[in-house]
Amino acid sequence: MLATSPAFKQNAAHAMADAGLQKALARTRPQFPAKRAAAVANLPEFEQLREIGKQIKNHTLTNLDFYLETFAANVERAGGHVHWCSTADDARAAVLNICQQAGARTVTKGKSMISEELGINQHLEAHDITPVETDLGEYILQLRDEPPSHIIAPAFHLNREDWEASFRKSHTDLPADRVFHERRDILTEARTRLREKFLAADVGITGANFLIAETGTSVIVTNEGNGDLTQTLPRVHIVLASIEKTVPTLEDTISLLRLLARSATGQDFSVYTTFSTGPRRADDVDGPAEYHVILLDNGRSAMMGTEFQDMLRCIRCAACLNHCPVYSTVGGHSYGWVYPGPMGSVLTPALIGVDQSALLPNASTFCGKCESVCPMKIPLPGMMRHWREKEFERHLTPATVRSGLAVWAWFARRPAVYRLATRAGMWTLGLLGRKKGKFTKLPLAGGWTEGRDLPAPEGETFFARYAREQRAGRA
Amino acid sequence: MSKEQILGAIRRGLRRGPLPEDQAMALRARLAAHPRHLIPARSRLPRPDQILLFVRNLEKEFATVARVPEADAVPGVVADYLAAQNLPPSFAMAPHPELQALPWDSRPLLTRREGRAEASDQVTVQHGYAGIAETGTLMLPGGPRRPTTLNLLSETEIVVLRASRVVGAYEEAFDLLRAELVPAGGMLPRNVMLVTGPSRSADIESTLELGAHGPRRLHVVLIDDDSAALA
Ligand code: SF4
Repeated sequence: MLATSPAFKQNAAHAMADAGLQKALARTRPQFPAKRAAAVANLPEFEQLREIGKQIKNHTLTNLDFYLETFAANVERAGGHVHWCSTADDARAAVLNICQQAGARTVTKGKSMISEELGINQHLEAHDITPVETDLGEYILQLRDEPPSHIIAPAFHLNREDWEASFRKSHTDLPADRVFHERRDILTEARTRLREKFLAADVGITGANFLIAETGTSVIVTNEGNGDLTQTLPRVHIVLASIEKTVPTLEDTISLLRLLARSATGQDFSVYTTFSTGPRRADDVDGPAEYHVILLDNGRSAMMGTEFQDMLRCIRCAACLNHCPVYSTVGGHSYGWVYPGPMGSVLTPALIGVDQSALLPNASTFCGKCESVCPMKIPLPGMMRHWREKEFERHLTPATVRSGLAVWAWFARRPAVYRLATRAGMWTLGLLGRKKGKFTKLPLAGGWTEGRDLPAPEGETFFARYAREQRAGRA
Repeated sequence: MSKEQILGAIRRGLRRGPLPEDQAMALRARLAAHPRHLIPARSRLPRPDQILLFVRNLEKEFATVARVPEADAVPGVVADYLAAQNLPPSFAMAPHPELQALPWDSRPLLTRREGRAEASDQVTVQHGYAGIAETGTLMLPGGPRRPTTLNLLSETEIVVLRASRVVGAYEEAFDLLRAELVPAGGMLPRNVMLVTGPSRSADIESTLELGAHGPRRLHVVLIDDDSAALA
């Protein structure tokens, strides 16, 4: 995926002026935190489990080479194949090769952030293979040629009108005057349409929430069941997973699962948590005949042993996005690459280079909320500070930012004043700013915009640019 | 080679070479022992309360439950449920001996086909391997007697489960799985599903709708075969 992270400021300004997005944000802003809080309150051991989760992942990372080799050996013992891929190019080539070997014409896909990272869809399309996203949110984004704006609720930024308009535009074989009385009707139309795709697909591609070394198993977690249909019906199942998804045992996985859904959607457990080990057995009556795991590095191993190693504990629950005042104001697209919000502000510079994403670690009020809700206790604000220091050292920062940092530092040493200043701006400045041609204050990022003006969007929008670049084949 | 490249980069980051043999042995011992971590207290209950917790959690997750005193009552409960839901009295059923042994002939209007599910199946009947009280979760390992597609393709899935197979925590269900379905030195079944309620999505305006891609209804018929579980 092409990064528009260097244009974070323009993206953010555009986002704050986007009435549809602001409506969606207003709807979701209170929802996720309330649900998580209720789920956590219901499990008195939650804090202890966070510490356990952190230790499990730290243990795994300290021995990552061992556990990866064990995982791969067990996948092969179960009759599956592991494809070690250092780079995005390696992974794209491996996926394409498997699809071509299978003679695939259509490929169904479960939700996978790695797929976004790799731009798998564009790569397959360029080789005359049709990818079909089957997660409801990912499906509409594919119809609209938009990237996800959230790592677990990819289309939360859309409103009902957008769904209806996109379905009318894309499902042209259905009566144009059909009425969508309620959300259920939208869902039913998608269910019917995608059911045909599930049945026709030659290959199914899913992500993985965990890779279990002990058993050579990949785990997916969904609520819709699309991931299960994707990995059960076609003849070939491909798993896209990055190396840090590894965990030693089933018991370790269970402990992390107790944290995942509660932190993500506020459910006690997701509807479908599915463990896949190798291809179907000789006497099985369903399941894929081939099972492949793409093990992707793409910059992660370089984080080992650095101040960013802790980021590899991330289980992609999105709690840090859902509780972030900046994310809740500008949405996910502003961040300009696959991973938005606090976790993205740490991960993106590591994966695509700080020169491409220098502004992201600044997109923070340093309120500390992300770290306080992170089930893996990742010190996100601290790592964002590390990036800022690195960027400062490298003089990648414009002079205005360097002087702005002094202002930020003043605030940062006075947390109470800082919180007050940022909180006061939270709900009002977006509205005020929209009336002017420029934003003198970015809501919630007081320290960040202090002393600088944010130009109102000009020229091409993020979406227009995204669509154009995708068409030009730059993935 | 990508593999050597990746492992080499990880080791460089960790400032060491391949793990020394004694450390590798300790890790292999940890894998073999697969120690449990903290198990939340919520499921550590007397047997009757554990079953009640299971039922309460199923209902909280939008599943429905019918408790029957004995296996012979299952066909009647299934027939009544289908009639009440205005569903046709026919279904695809898991070819599991426990399901096959049920007195289906007592309800002659019910028709069934055994095997995997097809896209045209409106109703499927699955054999429940284990229930997990902690979150009202069903453990459904795939295999010739419990095809995975039965959990996915129908609009309505009915799971028949014996109360004696309800455990408190996930760990206990995986213990059963390891002991019963994983041959020594062997592998897990290709597919082990943990199912908690019917399929759903909140992708449209962050509002929950049931029945996204999998079953819209999940009905659990719980056979009270565990005298200790009866209060
Ligand atoms: S950084 Fe923490 S809170 Fe954010 S997605 Fe990762 S695990 Fe969740």
